[in-house]
Amino acid sequence: MTAPLLSVRDLRTWFHTFAGTVKAVNGVSFDLAPGEVMGLVGESGGGKSVVGFSILGLIDPPGRIEGGQILFNGEDLASASEDRLRRIRGREIGMVFQDPMTSLNPVQTVGAQMDEVLRLHTDLDAAARKARCIEMLESVGISQAADRLRAYPHQFSGGMRQRVVIAIAMLARPRLLIADEPTTALDVTIQAQILRLMRRRIAEDGASMILVTHDLAVVAEMVDRVTVLYCGKVVESGPVRQVIDTPAHPYTRGLIDSIPNPAHRLPRLKQIPGTVPDVRALPAGCAFRARCPRAQAICATDAPALRPHRGEQSAACHFPVAPGEPA
Amino acid sequence: MAATFLKSQFVFNWRRNPPAILGTLILVVCTGLVVFGPFLVRQNPYDLTQLNLMDSFLPPAWLDGGNPAYLLGTDGQGRDLVAAIVHGARISALIGLSAMALACTIGTTLGLIAGFYGGRVDALIMRVADVQLSFPSMLIALFLMSAFGTGIDKVLIALTAVGWVVYARTVRGSTLGEVQKEYVQAARVAGLSNARIIVKHVLPNVLTPLIVIATVQVGTFILIEASLSFLGVGVPITQPSLGLLIKNGFDVLFSGLWWTSVFPGLMIMAMVFGINLLGDFLRDELNPRLK
Repeated sequence: MTAPLLSVRDLRTWFHTFAGTVKAVNGVSFDLAPGEVMGLVGESGGGKSVVGFSILGLIDPPGRIEGGQILFNGEDLASASEDRLRRIRGREIGMVFQDPMTSLNPVQTVGAQMDEVLRLHTDLDAAARKARCIEMLESVGISQAADRLRAYPHQFSGGMRQRVVIAIAMLARPRLLIADEPTTALDVTIQAQILRLMRRRIAEDGASMILVTHDLAVVAEMVDRVTVLYCGKVVESGPVRQVIDTPAHPYTRGLIDSIPNPAHRLPRLKQIPGTVPDVRALPAGCAFRARCPRAQAICATDAPALRPHRGEQSAACHFPVAPGEPA
Repeated sequence: MAATFLKSQFVFNWRRNPPAILGTLILVVCTGLVVFGPFLVRQNPYDLTQLNLMDSFLPPAWLDGGNPAYLLGTDGQGRDLVAAIVHGARISALIGLSAMALACTIGTTLGLIAGFYGGRVDALIMRVADVQLSFPSMLIALFLMSAFGTGIDKVLIALTAVGWVVYARTVRGSTLGEVQKEYVQAARVAGLSNARIIVKHVLPNVLTPLIVIATVQVGTFILIEASLSFLGVGVPITQPSLGLLIKNGFDVLFSGLWWTSVFPGLMIMAMVFGINLLGDFLRDELNPRLK
């Protein structure tokens, strides 16, 4: 395997609130190879987005990166200066947000917002910048791009805006794109278009992508590898087909079983019992044990470490699900 | 551009709002008087060589003993009241507008800083604002004026000190809301510096409510300045604003020489009335919550 583009090592990002310390990310590790697309999956509040913001150094107080390394091309972003980080944001690492309705400035034209990024990160002159903006808009499927540069965000539909947001994120040809639930706010029909578009843009630039999502259907279609988070920890990771077809961790298994399957209609939709525990006061041992059908005495005392399970798949569970075994 | 503006919803609503039209008309006339008035009157009321003491306390032209040369009569120094009012209105308007600009700039800057950075800076700025708000603005202005002495520059300082709070609080509130929005996060993700994000992205999005505040505040400032001058701690006697004209006339008001203070008073009333009518319309138009 080639040297990873991004290597997150034991990342811990905590939020010190009045009500207690929220360990939103608590010992997350993963590698991302150049050109690879990785899915970061989990329930709401699982710490997915915090991982993305930690990589960019955009954790605001009361949050803090408490420990661990974020090696991007061998450089540790967790200890990089704000100046250095600003040079990396937008130029080396781009980000796409969830809601295209609010992620563009309503009072500036799309062209002005695109130009701003290029002026900051390239030495191009005005004409070259404009040409690049037009080229970029066309590459995300916006016709009459030259006219559209003069339009304001409210003159675009939601799907078009998300295309613009992607175009802006990719303008400076970053080597890593972090997409934080990029299709959650869009119609289902638009979702597939946007996902295919992102995939194609990534492949053309040879960039890598981290796709943060709770939608396993999106993951199955889009990514090469998947990392499942639960309560700030990685519970399972591996190649996407293997994880989806034969999940090893009961949590992943539960997530997959909760997807409605029209081929096997059940009287009731399956769900994972219980709710995510209070992240300010996580129980000792495995955080999932209260909701886990396989939990035994050891789960209450020893937190399982992430261990190789089968091939490239690993899971953090004392009693991982074997392929074919009922949960 | 001009054509789009004339066809906009804003102009459409304005045309159907008689108070707004009236306010605009009053303001246009007042602006005309303030800008061109001093060139239209024959007399410079502060050039003592042009005054004739023989003409002092002449009543308005339509009353017995009135002189057609002095339409609204004269004051104790034989000063033409029309000339005094247009010059005085100019000083009043100038003070109102400059103080508004100063208060708006300072208040907006502080509000942006407080809202964007939060934490201790925010707490400090907002507590100062709270303390300031717990005193009546007239009291603060009076206190500052008696501490610094009279003069147009001192009036500006006093009015700015009174007026910045409302901008700071409004801007801070809107900034807190805007910073939550993803486009600010997106700007940070794009690698923009904080200063640039504040000026290029946050500021334009918090400006709208300020238009209303600024408009109405010019009226308020004109009134406060008039009160200060009336109490004798405002502008110096050599640069009389409308408030000082009223005060000068007030001394002889009970001698039946009413015109020396009533006409400057009517001028102030017209200016503030026009500003408030337009301010009401702007508030209804620009407040997203009332739509």
